[in-house]
Amino acid sequence: MALGLSDEELAERVGRIVGMHSDLEGPLLPILHAVEQEFGCVPEIAIREIADRLNLSRAEVHGVRTFYHDFRGEPAGRHTLKVCRAEACQSVGAADLADGIRAALGIDWHETTPDGKVTLEPVYCLGLCSCAPAVLLDDAPYGRLDLDAVRDLVAEAS
Amino acid sequence: MSHKIYLPRDAAALSVGAEKVAATIAAELASRGIDAQIIRTGSRGLHWLEPMVEVKTAKGRVAYGPVTVKDVPGLFEAGFLEGDDHPLAQGLTKEIPFLKGQTRLTFARCGVTDPLSLEDYRKYEGLKGLEKAVAMTAEEIVTEVTDSGLRGRGGAGFPTGIKWNTVRQAQGTQKYIVCNADEGDSGTFADRMIMEGDPFVLIEGMAIAGLATGATRGYIYTRSEYPHAIATMRAAIGIARKAGVLGASVLGSTHAFDMEVRVGAGAYVCGEETSLLNSLEGKRGLVRAKPPLPALEGLFGRPTVVNNVLSLATVPVILDRGAGFYRDFGVGRSHGTMPIQLAGNIKYPGLYETPFGITLGELVNEIGGGTRSGRPVKAVQVGGPLGAYFPVDLFDTPFDYEAFAARDGLIGHAGVVVFDDTADMLEQARFAMEFCAIESCGKCTPCRIGSTRGVEVVDKLAKGDRPDEQIALLTSLCDTMKFGSLCALGGFTPYPVMSALTHFPEDFNRKPIAEAAE
Ligand SMILES: Cc1cc2nc3c(=O)[nH]c(=O)nc-3n(C[C@H](O)[C@H](O)[C@H](O)COP(=O)(O)O)c2cc1C
Ligand code: SF4
Ligand code: FES
Ligand code: FES
Repeated sequence: MALGLSDEELAERVGRIVGMHSDLEGPLLPILHAVEQEFGCVPEIAIREIADRLNLSRAEVHGVRTFYHDFRGEPAGRHTLKVCRAEACQSVGAADLADGIRAALGIDWHETTPDGKVTLEPVYCLGLCSCAPAVLLDDAPYGRLDLDAVRDLVAEAS
Repeated sequence: MSHKIYLPRDAAALSVGAEKVAATIAAELASRGIDAQIIRTGSRGLHWLEPMVEVKTAKGRVAYGPVTVKDVPGLFEAGFLEGDDHPLAQGLTKEIPFLKGQTRLTFARCGVTDPLSLEDYRKYEGLKGLEKAVAMTAEEIVTEVTDSGLRGRGGAGFPTGIKWNTVRQAQGTQKYIVCNADEGDSGTFADRMIMEGDPFVLIEGMAIAGLATGATRGYIYTRSEYPHAIATMRAAIGIARKAGVLGASVLGSTHAFDMEVRVGAGAYVCGEETSLLNSLEGKRGLVRAKPPLPALEGLFGRPTVVNNVLSLATVPVILDRGAGFYRDFGVGRSHGTMPIQLAGNIKYPGLYETPFGITLGELVNEIGGGTRSGRPVKAVQVGGPLGAYFPVDLFDTPFDYEAFAARDGLIGHAGVVVFDDTADMLEQARFAMEFCAIESCGKCTPCRIGSTRGVEVVDKLAKGDRPDEQIALLTSLCDTMKFGSLCALGGFTPYPVMSALTHFPEDFNRKPIAEAAE
């Protein structure tokens, strides 16, 4: 059992995702994205299923999954807060902001708040460097932030 | 008469509240019973004014910004729909000095048109380059691009026409055009602005590259941090396909070209072209040794053009206006214009497209207005996380590939990040090493291990632990990384580190902790 699904169910749904990508050249990343999108992570059973169907070794698929920061082994919280740690944001106080966010949420990078609401991830540039410091809350961009503004964002998210 | 209101849907504008402003304007129009159209555009690149609202008047578009939700009723009261005065009024958009001083070739339409209107695109000179290309031979197209002097805008500055010619002459039944839209460099956002603000120009550029080389398939590889760019690009490709710009018969010709968007998964190194190709193939993003060149053995081992978004998006104007027109802008061997991105602690951040040759000082002080904090400028990092930190002493450096290289720096993707005098350059050097350690693909030891050692050495320096020894160690470590790394991640990380150390030695001369604590 993983994610409240039986292994068979999970494997079947992953199989369907793989099938939907059968006409792509180099389908592995799109498949992993789709699995991540559907289950919030790429569980071990999915790796086995993908490997079988694409005729790859499990080690290969696992290697790809772990190479990229986006693919998680465990599901994230209900929201993901990506905080930019890169230079343009640093130049206007991103390091202090990040410290403040970690203290306010009581978690460190890559962790999820105990209520399962927010997972905190560092990112290195969001392309919002002209409106720094910046974060991405799920897919929504926010810029020119201070700690209070980030607190409000997190409080408003359900 | 129906009024026309323009408001960006660019991610930077959205990040400071453009969506709420648009909704408030729409509600206000409804409650006042005014007939008006709100057109969502890309961004003009005057980012300190975002959300920037424009209205169409008899004299041209008039701008207001930065507009917040609570400014909206007042704007209506002041008569902004007629272009009347208001504390946020900026006058005619095209007369705003930041915009007026620019030469917009690559960014000619960005912020002006509805990004997903092919009709708009045509109205503003779009597709003219491709129309010409369709009537030319592959060799003629390549010659035009070569003669324009266009060099790769992704970082290395390699001549685009020469790369295309290699692919054109390569044997192969399937060739590819891969657009590098990974834009991982901090301080850069021009690729994103094009994809969100003028996606058809990138599609047009890639189609021209296809005609020039015999490639029939294209991929845009972009980053997962760019959800809006991904959505806009995908929508635009669908529209272009329907209109016959893409597909089995490009603009009714005998040439086929089609493309799709692929999304990375949070790895900076995948912006390196061979790592990118591995990622597209569904592999770990390990850097490949060159040779073989991607131009000969690229995606799935086939001849492949890998070009940055800006390189490709500049091709249509070159084909339209001619190689000579483009070539005449710039200085030395840096021809044409560069979309420079002003970011960080700067008063007027945004996108500034200008011919090569402008000095760093002009960019930061005159155009950028100095720091946002109002404090003195201390350092400027040019070219992303692998670019050097320049002190104010070097502000006379002209924006030109060779001039930057001569001062141990690089232009890269033309990101300019300003720091004020509160910046601690030892911390910046530490971050450069830390970033390299986090993002290393792991293939070579100098990069993978050297960067972690680098962080440790800087930490010792911070504690004032035998500084002379640590500085010697850091210098030799940088030397090893520079000459022993396979790609520029390990190879160029020494630029920010050594420039910080060379230009700001006082920041590295810490008192031993014990002594300082007395
Ligand atoms: C670590 C690393 C990251 C890179 N990131 C990018 C990037 O995000 N975008 C880009 O266009 N080029 C990037 N490059 C440069 C590419 O390898 C390549 O030179 C470029 O895509 C070629 O296109 P151009 O000739 O049009 O510049 C990167 C290089 C390295 C070493
Ligand atoms: S320098 Fe670093 S990123 Fe580049 S190939 Fe070597 S280990 Fe990979
Ligand atoms: S450096 Fe933070 S958004 Fe670019
Ligand atoms: S292993 Fe690549 S340089 Fe030593």
